[in-house]
Amino acid sequence: MPSDPSPRPPPARGGGVEGDAAPYAPPPLAGGVGGGVLLELSAISKSFGGVAALRDVDFSLEAGEIHGLVGENGAGKSTLMKIIAGVRQEFEGTMRLDGAPIRLGSTRGARAAGIGMVHQELSSVRELTVAENVYLGVQPLTRFGTIDWRAMNAGARAHLDDLGITIDPRAPMGSLPLGLQQLVELSRVLFSGARIIILDEPTSALSPPEVTRLFGVLGRLRAAGRSLIFISHFLDDVLAVCDRVTVFRNGQNVATARCAEVDKGWIIARMIGAGHDELEESYLGERHLDSRADAAVVMETHGLTLPGAYRDVSLQVREGEVLGIYGFMGSGQLELARTLFGKLPARGGRITVDGRLASLRSTSAARRAGVALVPESRRAMLFAREPVFKNMTISILERIARLLLRPSAERAIARNRIEALRIRPPSPDRPLGTLSGGNQQKVALARWLTHLPKVLVLSEPTRGMDVGAKDDVVKIVRGLRERGIGIVVVSAEPETVLSLADRILVMRRGIIVREFADETVSKDRLLAAA
Amino acid sequence: MTEPVALERGRAGGWLRGQLRNVAPLVTLVFLVVFFAVASPSFASVGNFYNILTQISVTGIIAVGLTFVILCAEIDLGVASIANATGIVLAYFTAQEASVNIANLPMPGTVAIILALASCIALGAVNAFGMTIIGIPSFIMTLAMLQIAAGICALLVRGQIAYAVPHLVVTLGSKSLGPVPWIVIVAALIMLIAHLVLTYTRFGRYVYMVGGNREAAEYSGVNVKAILTAVMVISALCSGIAGMLGVAYFGSAQQNEFDTYLLDSISAVVVGGTSLFGGEGGIGSTIIGLFVLGVLNNGLDHVDIDSFLKILIRGLILLAALTINVYAQRMRRVEGPT
Repeated sequence: MPSDPSPRPPPARGGGVEGDAAPYAPPPLAGGVGGGVLLELSAISKSFGGVAALRDVDFSLEAGEIHGLVGENGAGKSTLMKIIAGVRQEFEGTMRLDGAPIRLGSTRGARAAGIGMVHQELSSVRELTVAENVYLGVQPLTRFGTIDWRAMNAGARAHLDDLGITIDPRAPMGSLPLGLQQLVELSRVLFSGARIIILDEPTSALSPPEVTRLFGVLGRLRAAGRSLIFISHFLDDVLAVCDRVTVFRNGQNVATARCAEVDKGWIIARMIGAGHDELEESYLGERHLDSRADAAVVMETHGLTLPGAYRDVSLQVREGEVLGIYGFMGSGQLELARTLFGKLPARGGRITVDGRLASLRSTSAARRAGVALVPESRRAMLFAREPVFKNMTISILERIARLLLRPSAERAIARNRIEALRIRPPSPDRPLGTLSGGNQQKVALARWLTHLPKVLVLSEPTRGMDVGAKDDVVKIVRGLRERGIGIVVVSAEPETVLSLADRILVMRRGIIVREFADETVSKDRLLAAA
Repeated sequence: MTEPVALERGRAGGWLRGQLRNVAPLVTLVFLVVFFAVASPSFASVGNFYNILTQISVTGIIAVGLTFVILCAEIDLGVASIANATGIVLAYFTAQEASVNIANLPMPGTVAIILALASCIALGAVNAFGMTIIGIPSFIMTLAMLQIAAGICALLVRGQIAYAVPHLVVTLGSKSLGPVPWIVIVAALIMLIAHLVLTYTRFGRYVYMVGGNREAAEYSGVNVKAILTAVMVISALCSGIAGMLGVAYFGSAQQNEFDTYLLDSISAVVVGGTSLFGGEGGIGSTIIGLFVLGVLNNGLDHVDIDSFLKILIRGLILLAALTINVYAQRMRRVEGPT
């Protein structure tokens, strides 16, 4: 068994891959595929309590390859990765590393075998420096047993330089932008001797320049013979950086192909099957916007300002209209969404709802004024230990119960919502934490659907969702629009805004810089404006 | 993305483990009762049962208010001081005997009671103001209130002892209805009302939701500050009632006479299984916690051991009870939703 737990910085090779290409263009690469099969899984099956998560799956990873893995949530990607990373030890089928059968007993075992993972939620320690994060758990010591800062900083700097990243190793991790934190985490995984690195949604929180930089680093790693598994919902990214792509659907590997030989339409068709036209449209990019300029204005802001987040934001939301607000992460749009719901009151400017000045100093005031928000973080929205029905009725208890609660009425409302939104499993008494992420998001949305607000603000409504669940959200939002409420969709994902909005505002560094209305808009034009 | 992690595995076993947190304090209680019943012939008698009930009544009333606060994931360290201050305010407004050399502003009994209640509500409102408007963490705010209320006590009695309180309070605090002391009836009534409020009212639901996930409550449009204000006032009001009855029960009003009730009431709530992190537990848990504490305190007086050793034994048994709670909770966490 090849196991080399000692720190092993990658050899520095292949220059000139940094920032020399347009966004999303892959860096030029020498070599490419063809190092022979490094990891091979065959006939893998795994089920949870009788529900098959993986069925007879074959998967192979070549040395020096970037292998894309796409599919809906629940298609089995995560389960397969957990098997590879040693998190799940019980499964049927065989796993071979370098041709020899291997059975990983733990994540520790996986690390010893040279398999590492960079999670979507970074696990770095924000309070420590970059160097400390790279050397986490293996800090070099001086003769006196104290930490050898000089060696650690120099080592980390050399190590990061090898990856083509220039960061001060003494900088606190928390002071770095997310994209750099991710690269530091990647370098830590490399530093622990990983030959196979699993990247879970590495581009979901990155701006286009950061994506380009990440792809440069991944290209270097490929040239150095490392193998990468690239899990992503962003098909453009997968096609741009991967050598091969594998598509999962319903726990099966439905196709594996060379990226050079396929296009986005081909992948989407295999990923979602038939019958998701609207979504397919938004995936493919272009859409014509039809604003509803004749409808009444339901919410209006004048010169809203919150120092450090956004300034001088004036916008209108009309009845029966979906207003999209797009911007890169950190452009102030998430803060703006909170302001509209009274969670983060603005310092200057004013907000009117239905023509009346609304003092949105608290969330309860905003709710009474007829504004609702579904925040981007499910954790911030939901009560995991409480049953589904309590999560659904918390915002409308005043209407159901004067003094005494009426659980039967609450359950009836919940059953109604569960059916309308196709929430699974369909039980109002299940603790919410036991539902899947997509279903939790639907519950969060369901909260506001029984007594409709005048304005519904959705912050990143489809983040981390699978295609099917995204499609459901698109349908729900369109249904709400037909019922005449004003909807604001705030997102850093162009696909989300494109698939939902009737009119789009683009924010950059806290300022609205562009409005798209009554024109054809594509992902490229949106990105160019931001 | 998330898999149905081990949810289907062993439904029944999971349920049992889920109940363990609720059952653990009860098991502790049964164990203590059996132990003392065997160890001492005088423990298991009807008379002693009423003793225990009476002994835990004052703590119990304070613990009811504290349960609301702890369910919201806050703490009130001022309960004992507020109880003390309210009792002394009551005495201050009651005509004292000539032998008691104390500043005194006699009022009719009803007025004195109303003024005493108003003062404890005011102290609770000050707590709430500090927490929700200024933004002081409850631990610090109520620590300050502990001092403030103690200061009020000191100023009003100036080292003296007052004895007289209104008739109604004397009756409820120290007389009996048949074999049952009135103070036990009052405590039971307060517990019943609190239980109904927490379980069946909208306000009760909000309390659990605010404690379960404060941010989510806020994102749901719940007026979190109003809920916190309400629980701090409820806590102070319960303390005030306990303080008034306590003065009648002890037969005197003086400084520092409630000092042990702070830790006793917090212990009762926590030993009963209400989580300090909020959202889990209730009056039922608090009642069991009260009995664990009451049986322990009472039982140790019935067995023949060094009275100086008893304090240590009491601490160790409490530690054991809390340890069992934590393990029971952890078993559920592993199995249940994350």
